[in-house]
Amino acid sequence: MKLKTFAGGIHPPDNKQWSSHKAIEDCPLPTEFVVPLAQHIGAPSVACVEIGQYVAKGQVIGTAKGFVSVPVHAPTSGEVVAIEYRPHSWGPSLPAIVIKPDGEDLWSTDLQPSDPDNLSTDDMIEKVRLAGVVGMGGAAFPAHVKMSPPPEKQVRTLIINGVECEPYLTADYRMMLEEPERILQGVGLLQTVFGAERVVIGIEANKPDAIALFEKHCAKTAFEVVSLHVKYPQGAEKQLIAAVTGKQVPSGGLPMDIGAAVHNVSTAAAVTDAIVHGRPLIERICTVTGPAIREPKNLRIRIGTLLSHLVEVCGGLAEEPGKIILGGPMMGFTQLEFNVPATKGTSGLLLLRMQDVDPRPEGPCIRCARCVQVCPIKLLPTTIAAYARRNLSAEAAEYCAMDCIECGSCSYVCPAAIPLVQAIRYGKAAILAKKRKSP
Amino acid sequence: MKQLYLSSSPHIHSGETTTGVMRAVLYSLLPACGVAVYFFGPSALSVLLIATLGCLASEAVCQRLMGQPVTLGDGSAAITGVLLALNLPPSSPWWLTLLGAVIAIAIGKQVYGGLGSNPFNPALVARVVLLISFPVQMTTWSAPAPLGSGLDLVTTATPLGEWKNAVMLTGQLPAEMQGSMANYFLGNMPGCIGEVSALALLLGAAYLFYRRILTWHIPTAFVGTVVLLSGLFWLIDPAKYPNPVFHLLTGGLILGAFYMATDMVTTPVSISGMLLFGAGCGFLTVLIRLFGGYPEGVSFAILLMNAATPLIDRYTRPRTFGMVRQGRTQ
Repeated sequence: MKLKTFAGGIHPPDNKQWSSHKAIEDCPLPTEFVVPLAQHIGAPSVACVEIGQYVAKGQVIGTAKGFVSVPVHAPTSGEVVAIEYRPHSWGPSLPAIVIKPDGEDLWSTDLQPSDPDNLSTDDMIEKVRLAGVVGMGGAAFPAHVKMSPPPEKQVRTLIINGVECEPYLTADYRMMLEEPERILQGVGLLQTVFGAERVVIGIEANKPDAIALFEKHCAKTAFEVVSLHVKYPQGAEKQLIAAVTGKQVPSGGLPMDIGAAVHNVSTAAAVTDAIVHGRPLIERICTVTGPAIREPKNLRIRIGTLLSHLVEVCGGLAEEPGKIILGGPMMGFTQLEFNVPATKGTSGLLLLRMQDVDPRPEGPCIRCARCVQVCPIKLLPTTIAAYARRNLSAEAAEYCAMDCIECGSCSYVCPAAIPLVQAIRYGKAAILAKKRKSP
Repeated sequence: MKQLYLSSSPHIHSGETTTGVMRAVLYSLLPACGVAVYFFGPSALSVLLIATLGCLASEAVCQRLMGQPVTLGDGSAAITGVLLALNLPPSSPWWLTLLGAVIAIAIGKQVYGGLGSNPFNPALVARVVLLISFPVQMTTWSAPAPLGSGLDLVTTATPLGEWKNAVMLTGQLPAEMQGSMANYFLGNMPGCIGEVSALALLLGAAYLFYRRILTWHIPTAFVGTVVLLSGLFWLIDPAKYPNPVFHLLTGGLILGAFYMATDMVTTPVSISGMLLFGAGCGFLTVLIRLFGGYPEGVSFAILLMNAATPLIDRYTRPRTFGMVRQGRTQ
């Protein structure tokens, strides 16, 4: 069978063998939770509890502000001990609610299960919003916004993203193996909400057991399981849509412009929890891995768990870490300390040693065109980067800098070690800044 | 934690380096160098050594003079040296070779800012300067004298020169050529040090294909265009125009198409640009060979197309993902 895919892309070593065989473990509760009010794309939530207040597990502790925003919830029962600026994975310290668990781990009694058959589409979307569900593949975009396309944009094809093309990460893979019903129930609910005619579950061909399991579970449904060519960034939204439907999301547009919507498998599971069980998003699967950790694991963690606790649970450090990465090695964010909390978008904690990341000095571009060949958006990365670094943002924009999805394939292949995607990011920020100044 | 490295993604790299790429190109040229030494003996070896050392020395001197770090380690100057040698006749006097090396590095490369900034292939710039300035030395060819054969190098004409002379004098192909196609393929013919053996060149190119350093686009477009166009003329008048296989195996076509026209720095970056570039090289090569004053046109063709590279790049920009074709509304 010919596997579906997109044009361009790279084949980095997947390094999933560190954790792919490890069943999901429940991470023991830490002694302190730090729940940031900003965990999603959009306006941060606003604290609605006071210091000293008792909160139950699943209780709202920060309310959404505006449409593109979601509430945050208490990850366990306990006492609010502080509301203050705490180190955040995005860089600067940001407001967070600090909770000291009481050890009881008692659910809030306000949370009630419901029968989805008795719910309207709007009710379902509202339940997803109130549960604080965001895209869990890493972008953390509020799910209810994605689920509410304007009426003229009919979503015909719903694509469920089980690709997990980032090297090292196995969180989605383990969830697909261990909780297929939870995922598929959410897929069905998403299909109802969108009124989608076609539902496709895309999984990379390097996860044959997950593909077989889903094919078995989907045999009696109309869901299609599509095996995708193993290539990075196969799981990027636009690339996945292109592979599955053959259509390209227009430049500057959204998937719904071509009648498609993409949701991650773990988002689908969170949708099940939200609509069927009435439970908010307070936990997720996170892969803790890399050569510097003693015992790589797939953990079910509560949102707000500090990375230091995750390291401890995984047997501590095996070697001196050179780089702490939240997410995968291609698009994850580096951290300066273990004192930051895991958030709704934390799909992995990757610890590399210095020899794994040893930066090489940059050389001149020899126009080898590797970046052009691998770019999944068909840009000229070296040209855009050169303009961006000279602050020629108009020229960078002319070469479609804003279309860059920042997958990092160009930097990965560059033999001269030029920080291409990094320069393009800088150029994009400059273009946006200019736009804001002169609308 | 003693030290943490902080940077934006990606955090891993393929591990390929510029030096690695250059080293692979050097390895791929070894068979051609070996064949050259076998057929032309110590004189080929000395041209190879003088050109390579000359280029390395010129690079070091230029960079020192400009107050820049000396980067002989990246291997690019060595490649220019070897390629220059392969583009010279085996009988080149030492001063000619050395002059070529200085021209290649100083005028062909460093004046533009060094590696990655030169618009023209440095080795070809040197070859063409020498060809125009020293036509006698640059067109004095030796018949091969394989090692151990006891033969001395004797002066003769290249197959292309033999053909051109005959056509100039009589308007007809020579009745009988000195060489055979098999010998042309192996390299047993007079010519530049490195251009003679198609076999050795293709062996090296196969290695570069395997390492994914060479893509098929430019060589295929170049060679394909030469074969098609020369075939067309041959069909029109086989008495006057040599057949495409002759075009393919004699002269610098294989060396040019696989090694000179594929120089990354001086060629387009997009696939369609590469195809256009290769086709242009092929077209100009046939034009010069059949109707120009010189018997061989590969070097000129590539340099002319090098000049067109920025223009080609401009007009062959890949269509960005999700961009609607002009005049179409999805």
